[in-house]
Amino acid sequence: MSLHTAALLPPPQASRLQSFLKSTISSPSNALTSLVILAFIAATLPGFIRWSLIDAVWSGGSGKACSGIDAACWLFVRLRLDQILYGLYPAPERWRVDLAGAIGLAGLALLMMRGLKYKIWIAAALLLAYPVAAGILLCGGVVGLAPVPTRLWGGLMLTAVVAAWTIATSIPLGLLLALARRSAMPVLSWAATGFIEVMRGLPLIGVLFLAIVMFPFFMPPGTEIDKLLRALLAFTLFDAAILAEVFRGGLQAVPREQREAGLGLGLKGWQVMLLVVIPQAVTNALPGIVNVCIVIVKETVVVLIVGLFDFLGIIQNGIIDPEWLVGDQVRATAYLFAGLVFWSLCFSISRYSAHIERRLSLGRQA
Amino acid sequence: METSPHPPIASRWAPPSPASGRGATAKSLAAQALILASILITFAYLGRNMLLNMARLNVHAGFAFFARPAGFEISQHLIPYAGGSSYLAAFLVALINTLVLALIAILLTTPLGFAIGLARLSRNRLLAAVAGAYIDIVRNVPFLLQLFFWYFAVLGALPLPRQSLGLFGLFFLNKRGLQVPAAGIGPGFWPVLLLLAVGLALALLVARHARRAGTRHAASYWLLALLCLLLPPLVGWLGAGAPLALDRPVLEGFNFSGGLVLIPEFVAMVVALTLYNAAFIGELVRGGVLSVPRGVVEAGRALGLGSNRVNREIVVPLALRVILPPLGGQYIQLLKSTSLGAAIAYPELMQVFAGTTLNQTGQPIEIMAVTMATYLLICLAIAGSVNLVNRRVQLVER
Repeated sequence: MSLHTAALLPPPQASRLQSFLKSTISSPSNALTSLVILAFIAATLPGFIRWSLIDAVWSGGSGKACSGIDAACWLFVRLRLDQILYGLYPAPERWRVDLAGAIGLAGLALLMMRGLKYKIWIAAALLLAYPVAAGILLCGGVVGLAPVPTRLWGGLMLTAVVAAWTIATSIPLGLLLALARRSAMPVLSWAATGFIEVMRGLPLIGVLFLAIVMFPFFMPPGTEIDKLLRALLAFTLFDAAILAEVFRGGLQAVPREQREAGLGLGLKGWQVMLLVVIPQAVTNALPGIVNVCIVIVKETVVVLIVGLFDFLGIIQNGIIDPEWLVGDQVRATAYLFAGLVFWSLCFSISRYSAHIERRLSLGRQA
Repeated sequence: METSPHPPIASRWAPPSPASGRGATAKSLAAQALILASILITFAYLGRNMLLNMARLNVHAGFAFFARPAGFEISQHLIPYAGGSSYLAAFLVALINTLVLALIAILLTTPLGFAIGLARLSRNRLLAAVAGAYIDIVRNVPFLLQLFFWYFAVLGALPLPRQSLGLFGLFFLNKRGLQVPAAGIGPGFWPVLLLLAVGLALALLVARHARRAGTRHAASYWLLALLCLLLPPLVGWLGAGAPLALDRPVLEGFNFSGGLVLIPEFVAMVVALTLYNAAFIGELVRGGVLSVPRGVVEAGRALGLGSNRVNREIVVPLALRVILPPLGGQYIQLLKSTSLGAAIAYPELMQVFAGTTLNQTGQPIEIMAVTMATYLLICLAIAGSVNLVNRRVQLVER
């Protein structure tokens, strides 16, 4: 139960623990269910803790240290941390990745602070100026930075690049598609509807294969396009179609009177759209947008199928390295680690989104 | 969407702006012509590039390759297939593999999802917490990672056939996959199937009659329908000398013979798809049940209905109406994620056709077009059938 709603309720008569316990034994069948659950937890949890923490291998020089020990091999993560974070990005240049990441995180942190002024400018800088700056930092080749080809990118950094790019490009494109779909001009509306529905009927890997395999065919002969760029393009188009439907819902929920009031004030059509309708539509669609962002973070792992070494790809690659073929526990540990990283990322985004949603709905009630 | 009884205020009260009237129509037409022209020009440009590239790479367009022998093996085929079969046969095998996987996963994940959703709502808060933890964990970890976990970490760590994990002496799990008993088909099997169809038709007839009769004698109608369904095939089965017998897997030497082998890729896909989608369906079910207005439930209680009847006749029908449309969406998601089988070499459509076949024939345009069109059609078919069911169960508002 959240703090906000708890504050509105009358004070509870029994303590939370008491009512919790009461609920678990309120009837014979309930008590039996609770007993089964407790027995299951008692049977598995100690073993898991011993496997993952107590007996686990934390230090050593190579994969041999884990051989023959039936417990988690955290050494794998420790020794390969550089690769897991940066892929094959050259070591002397890794400060550029750190810097780009730090700027992005700082910008996001500023946006999350409450009661800060000029948030709209921070958001604009993050959406418009930051991608350019991060692109220059990561790719190099200008202002004295050594160029780093994208085939060396990998690990968590590549996952972050794919996720950030997809979110930053598909949100504006999705909004435009939603507006086009609701347009009064039939040609525009049909074109947008066709694109959205086709994209939503295809699996993401299909679109990814399409971009990787077909893109060279549709370009003038002789043009070479970076593989990562092709994959990023596929992500943009795919998720823009999904976000378009989220925005469409948000646009539909804006009461007609709002538009009419705007027109009545003498605003022009585009002004009403920009100043009255879109801000409300975006607010309406915010929970849905955050949900799609979580989906995007999760689906970035698909790039490993087309041979890019993202976070999961580099871990998968490490597992089959002969040095680490010392037993099944390495695999289990690697997936546990990857799962923990993705889980903490996605779970915290979803918690934050729930928090925002509550704040917005409280604001609307007031 | 509701239609307003009044015409929009803007058109009634606002002074005619320069953008309204005939000027606007002309402007809109011009804009649309421009959009259409730019779309056409883009397509023409892409098409021209495509033709140039095909000429350069010496690609011969056309679907003639479908008849050529494929020359590769497929580890799971439910229709006859050998290395000498055509690409068309390979396509059909892959399509069937995709559909069978999706169907089995849907059949398993739906009840599990409902159970999790209801557990999440349980009055027993320990049970609710466990279900909530399951949902929060599973939904926030990428599907592909879960698939890898099941395939490489769990199934990969299984013992060899001789040390298989057995269940009731019928099911055996080992590195080669899951050995399950198969239904051995004898000579008199097909007439029995026919009788089953007859029984089904009779049962449907009874059901139709029962609906007209209303809720009286519901129990006896149920019994009658069940008898109609089961009696004819049972009599036929016994009469034909029980042609359908269980073929059990038996360990012989280093491997199993008899029964049916489910390849590990298939097992991993089914497990991962089932567990992943069940978490989402659980949330849908929870949302659906919570959407039933409290007042309706209280009204049912006030009428003197017991809590079982309130659940069965008020909560379930109302909640199902809310759950059904997003459930269809979840099924479509599930079907689309079967394509991730390509990552563990489960021979489904994407892996066999857009992967192996594309690499061998070198005809990417035709193959991608066929693959994408197939996925689109399947998704449309699922969406269409869900809409059909939905239209039948939705309340008709007067």
